[in-house]
Amino acid sequence: MGEFKVHRVRFFDYMPSGIRALAFNRDIERIAVARMDGSVEVFHCSDRFFQEKIIPGREQCGIEGLSWVGERLFSAGLNGGITEYDLTNQKVKYTVDAYGGPIWTIAGNQQGTHLAVGCEDGTVKLFEVNEDKIQFERNLDRQKSRIISLSWHPSGSKIAAGMMDMIQIFNVETGHSVHRLLADRGVGTSRSKECVVWSVVYLSDGTIISGDSVGMVKLWDDQTGTLIKSHNVTKCDVITSYLIVPLEWQNEDSLVAGTSEGTVVQFQFISMVLGKDDKEWVRTRTFKNHTHDIRAVAEITTAVVSGGMDAQLVVRPLLDKVEVRSAASALRKIHFPHRRLVSCARKSGLMLFQYPGHLELWRLGESEGKGSSLFVKRNPEKLLHLKVKGEDHIRCSAVSPCGEWIVYSTASSLRLYRLHCDNNNVSITKISKLPMVLSSANQLCFSSDSSHLFSASTQSSVHLVSLSQSGCKFVGTLKPKSGSHQAIHLLAASEDGKWLASANSDHEVHIYNLQTRKAHCTVPVYSSAVTAMGIHPTTNCLFMMYADQQMCEYSIEQKQYTDWSRMVQRKGLHRFWMERDTPCLNVMFNPQHPSHVILHDTYMLCIIDQSLPLPDDKTQFYNQLTLKSLPEEQRKSHSHAFKVCKTFKDILCVELMSDQSLVVVERPLEDVASQLPAPIKQKKFAT
Amino acid sequence: MVETSDIRVVRCGGSKVNLTPPIISSDSRFVLCTSGDLVKVYSTRTEEWLHSLQGHTNQVTGITLNPANHLQVYSCSVDGTVKLWDFIDGILIKTFVIGCPLFAIYVSEKHTGVLFLHVSMATDSKNECFQLVSVHLPKSAEQEVEAKEMSAVSSHISKNPSCTAFGRGSVSETCMSMVIFISFFSLCSFSLKATDKKGAKNAFTCIACHPTDDCIATGHEDGKIRLWRNFIHKKEYTYSTQHWHHNAVNTLCFTPEGTHLLSGGIESVLVQWQYGADNRKEFLPRLGGSILHISASSDGQLFCTSHSDNKITVIESSFKVCGVIQGLVKGDAVLTDLMIDPRSKALVLNGKPGHLQFYSLLRDKHLYNLDIVQQEYIYEAGLDQFEVVKAAFDIKGSWLATVEERGKKSSDLEFFLKLWAFDERTQSFVLNTTITAAHTDRIISMCFSSSEETTMLVTAAEDSQFKAWCQGADADTQQDQNFWSCDFVGSYHKLNPTNCSFSADSSLLAVSFQEVITIWSPDTWEMLTTLCQPPGVIRDLCFGRLSCSKYLLGTTTKNLLCCWNLLTCELEWSTSVDVSKLQPDPFSENVAAFSYQSKHTDLFVFKPSEPRPLFTNKNVCSEKVHRAVFVPREEPLNSCDESTQWLNRSQLYFLTQNMDLLTFSTATEEDRMLSSSKQLVIDDSVAVTPFYLLLGKHRQQQQKLNTQSHPVSDKPQQTQGSVTIKELLHTPAHVLPAASVLCSMFVNSFLISNTGETLQEEMDSEKEEEDSEEEMEACDSQQELRAQGSVDEVTPKLSKAQERELKRVRKTDFSWMAGLIDSKP
Repeated sequence: MGEFKVHRVRFFDYMPSGIRALAFNRDIERIAVARMDGSVEVFHCSDRFFQEKIIPGREQCGIEGLSWVGERLFSAGLNGGITEYDLTNQKVKYTVDAYGGPIWTIAGNQQGTHLAVGCEDGTVKLFEVNEDKIQFERNLDRQKSRIISLSWHPSGSKIAAGMMDMIQIFNVETGHSVHRLLADRGVGTSRSKECVVWSVVYLSDGTIISGDSVGMVKLWDDQTGTLIKSHNVTKCDVITSYLIVPLEWQNEDSLVAGTSEGTVVQFQFISMVLGKDDKEWVRTRTFKNHTHDIRAVAEITTAVVSGGMDAQLVVRPLLDKVEVRSAASALRKIHFPHRRLVSCARKSGLMLFQYPGHLELWRLGESEGKGSSLFVKRNPEKLLHLKVKGEDHIRCSAVSPCGEWIVYSTASSLRLYRLHCDNNNVSITKISKLPMVLSSANQLCFSSDSSHLFSASTQSSVHLVSLSQSGCKFVGTLKPKSGSHQAIHLLAASEDGKWLASANSDHEVHIYNLQTRKAHCTVPVYSSAVTAMGIHPTTNCLFMMYADQQMCEYSIEQKQYTDWSRMVQRKGLHRFWMERDTPCLNVMFNPQHPSHVILHDTYMLCIIDQSLPLPDDKTQFYNQLTLKSLPEEQRKSHSHAFKVCKTFKDILCVELMSDQSLVVVERPLEDVASQLPAPIKQKKFAT
Repeated sequence: MVETSDIRVVRCGGSKVNLTPPIISSDSRFVLCTSGDLVKVYSTRTEEWLHSLQGHTNQVTGITLNPANHLQVYSCSVDGTVKLWDFIDGILIKTFVIGCPLFAIYVSEKHTGVLFLHVSMATDSKNECFQLVSVHLPKSAEQEVEAKEMSAVSSHISKNPSCTAFGRGSVSETCMSMVIFISFFSLCSFSLKATDKKGAKNAFTCIACHPTDDCIATGHEDGKIRLWRNFIHKKEYTYSTQHWHHNAVNTLCFTPEGTHLLSGGIESVLVQWQYGADNRKEFLPRLGGSILHISASSDGQLFCTSHSDNKITVIESSFKVCGVIQGLVKGDAVLTDLMIDPRSKALVLNGKPGHLQFYSLLRDKHLYNLDIVQQEYIYEAGLDQFEVVKAAFDIKGSWLATVEERGKKSSDLEFFLKLWAFDERTQSFVLNTTITAAHTDRIISMCFSSSEETTMLVTAAEDSQFKAWCQGADADTQQDQNFWSCDFVGSYHKLNPTNCSFSADSSLLAVSFQEVITIWSPDTWEMLTTLCQPPGVIRDLCFGRLSCSKYLLGTTTKNLLCCWNLLTCELEWSTSVDVSKLQPDPFSENVAAFSYQSKHTDLFVFKPSEPRPLFTNKNVCSEKVHRAVFVPREEPLNSCDESTQWLNRSQLYFLTQNMDLLTFSTATEEDRMLSSSKQLVIDDSVAVTPFYLLLGKHRQQQQKLNTQSHPVSDKPQQTQGSVTIKELLHTPAHVLPAASVLCSMFVNSFLISNTGETLQEEMDSEKEEEDSEEEMEACDSQQELRAQGSVDEVTPKLSKAQERELKRVRKTDFSWMAGLIDSKP
């Protein structure tokens, strides 16, 4: 199968940021995730939870709440502003200050007409949602303490607001408080501490469900303002404050609550006597998939999604809601973004690591000797630490294959640097006069000979910039003939500099001829998002990986799928291949073996040999060990196209360098876990 | 099982009370539990055994209250019958003959007249395959009814009664991997499979149904409890999990109101979960053995837990233990022989770890535990701890010798020989001597000499020696207390001894060394003779008693039973029987031999003087019998039948490998019991009025007195007394004279019999006055014996006896004095 020298890179200290809020939009089946660093991500629930959109955050921008209004996404944070996002171009659309101090919560009504925010100063502010902006309408009665949580009654006529030690019910018409529900404080030492009502849910039958810092989920009746039932969800012997974070309900028969111990508790509205209608809320299942506090939970149609301080998004399927058990409905933990954070200068052995606020450039080490582990002759070396100017976080970055150019873009600016590297002296110069079109980019890519920079811009267009010693020059803009204006998230340039492929969030893949600077063709749109693609250096075929683990090969010259691709579609892929739960993040080609395609996802590295037969469901998929045991002549008949290597774990990036060595960037989850703050102390059984 | 006409094997006394869940009567006054062939009724307040429901001829396997009448109870048995009892009076009301062995019984309140029973599916008993059937009880006035209308409900269910539960008109069971829920309304059944994760032990172990809600609780092997809800819908069932037990949950029980769930397991901690608020739970720890069953009374005030150490604990709803009903403790194995304490006539054997238990078979009551090892027992699997392996009483019951050892599996054996003296003051055994290195290897056999004057202990050990131990003042210490010390060490050709036994008069000691039996004189320690009958190592050895004391019996491993005549030192007779246990009756010449052949045990009872057995019982049980004992009867039977004569003076109990204590009962015994219960049935026709109760009690007392002391003389008076009362009761009220007049008459009617008795007693004492002094002594000794015989029930009876004696002494004194005064002048 071929041997590679592998650089096993573990010095990329990428830390995923903790999840702060979740919002699920049932109509478009998207879930929005707000992280601690202010970034907002949109996942496509029915497309294997592919991370479709990433809107990078800013410094000092703590998002506290997310809310969908129709297909528009709003967030509110402790900086006191309400932000609407432009999901097409994946950036912030505008921010409106609520003038009420830090905002703790945001909630839109079901009618889609109003947004309510709860502020530090004790006001609930109503905003009218207009066509293109939001407009402040009025305040509800001002309360003494801050508003922590809000929930609209489905009719839109009442709002329940969780505060310190109490819950208020407001009539939206009059703006006056209708009821005041007092939440009990904890017993013992926590008696003196205020009880924070972290979340409320207002059901259509008038039941209000609240989760508070004492560790209780309480059910209230809004007519009488009385407590109906309370469930103790967390244990009482922990002294730190409990968080029961967003209760989230669905169809009003199921409700989930996350706790600070990392458990998600499900409550169900069940008839106690079968066949009768008197239903009760009963605590049923408990899921424990987190190590740290859960800061946000959401119940989507078939699963419970939770996220917290440990920065992983956990999708726990509810098997009673799933029609057919398949890989799409399996337990899923999303640790890393579905974008590449590493770019490699293939010809000069440099690596660029993208952190939210800075870039790091490393030179790979060198080794000598032979064997399974090589002696390191020269250690890898950090050449550069480039801090971002301004408050915005980096959206994308790239290093040219020759290693001379570094480019990155934030939401507001794009910067291009030229790297001078003579022996141990590294210096960079900023290219000052950039063309006007290069103000911001969604994706950046260099041509293989480093002579051109491709910058994906708004309206799915790609700007073409030629680079030279003197500076850069805007060459032209590539625009698709038709189609959507969604932001481009993937760019792939061919080795011979003739073709460029772009993929956008509407699953469209456009191919441009760089010589004529015209759109060449469009690959037929598939239902799943493209997660990785690459153009073959010799055949100029575009190889695409999709989020549902399908693969396609499209011949650019003939403008049609290749025979191999058609065969794959006809025969279908192996069950084990389809059941993997992370998308492929990179497609590479080995110039020495033109029939080989190298792929990787978070857990494995795979080489597809297009000359070998495809495995069917009966054949053994992971057959390397069996092949090893077989004699040479029998191997041929048993081998199939997929060669899977599971030596590496938690892979962020794999790249084939031009000297035939592989760079594997790993970020072990144990390292991530060790850098997290200590979880709330928890008594383990039998200790 | 019954082969000979009127003797059959019964489970009577010392049976398991923890086989099935105990039930509490609806007024919380009684606890009912199965115990062998009986159903026993205990009081919840005093823990006393009140009476037992007797009538089944095999193991009772299930009891349940009659939902239509809370004073009645159904019981089912392996003998294939379901019986309906009035458990307060112990009256058998009805018998339903089902016809196949029954293993559990359930009733459902929704289905009157229907019983649910576990029956074996396959005829082969090894193949544990059971099904649940419902049986319609035919309405009939007869006492014995055949119920043949059966319909299967579900098949392939677990034998454990914890695995089936009845809820609100539905039944659910667990098999190893799934719950089957059957609703009788919709007649649908489906299964919930345990999610079989790799390595997770979540097989179902028990199940309980909520009384009002549609909620099923299941216990799992890994200690989790799951509450299943919404299970009618195929997929939308849901469950919540609770976890406290670290090992398998043995049993689950909802309280009748449904507010709490009780669970128990090997931790012997009763856990009470609040239904609905799952985190709140209460614990009742340190209950003894692991909890096997839990049941709650119908008003929820009392709980009962049965434990693996054959115990039932009665617990108040406030989680306070208010009573313990202790049965015969049976560990994994009984290492000591079954013995009879000569003083209390109690059965003595291994009990709690490191203890000897004293168990009264007559009253079927656990008396007390004697701590032999006197070390803390640590409950941990695989820990090698001291166990009592041998124990022996001397003939008067004033000395007890015990051997405890540990390190049986490992090479370093450690053992102690302890001698215990009976302390009259505390009425228990007190440690007298501990001998740390009695032998250099394990003690194989141990016996006391049976003479009255000197007590001597002989121990035979694997170091090819036997030692005689005597009590005597230690020369070194010169103390008042008499300790035991070694008197003689004997050996024979460096052979390992296998057995030792004293003859009935202690004039001879027989010690067997492999194939050779040596006879020694304990007085001179001279070896008198050797007896040898190869091949085969001697397994059991015993001397004949009474008229047969000249015979010595021995069994060998090569299936030979030999009888030697000690006068001629020759083999009298021998026969080829594989005897696993040879047990002589201390009160007669009879010897019982259990032989194990082709998977069943036969019993032979014979006299050593003749090789023909007095009594044979083939197929006593299917297991090997290694322990047996003759227990003296309180009052001898006077059966004349030849085959039952050997049971006249004592009863033979034996222990099977399944730890079942079995005995033999004769037809006459059963007749007597039946007749007493039948009389109760006739009495039942009288309406229960306060008068009846007064009268009935009175009459019963009289009857007791009749049977005990004066069978003939009292009868006419008694009837006379009751005639007055009857007259009084049957006369219409308006014809009766004033109550003040009647009162004295009524009270007098009670007194009549009493005066008769006292008269009788006076007459007796007058008779005794005339008796000679010798008889007086005999009488005294008898009373002494009686006093000794009841060590446990100490003072009140003693004082009564003393009082009577005092009275008599006083009277005799007077007459003597008068005689003296008369003769003086």
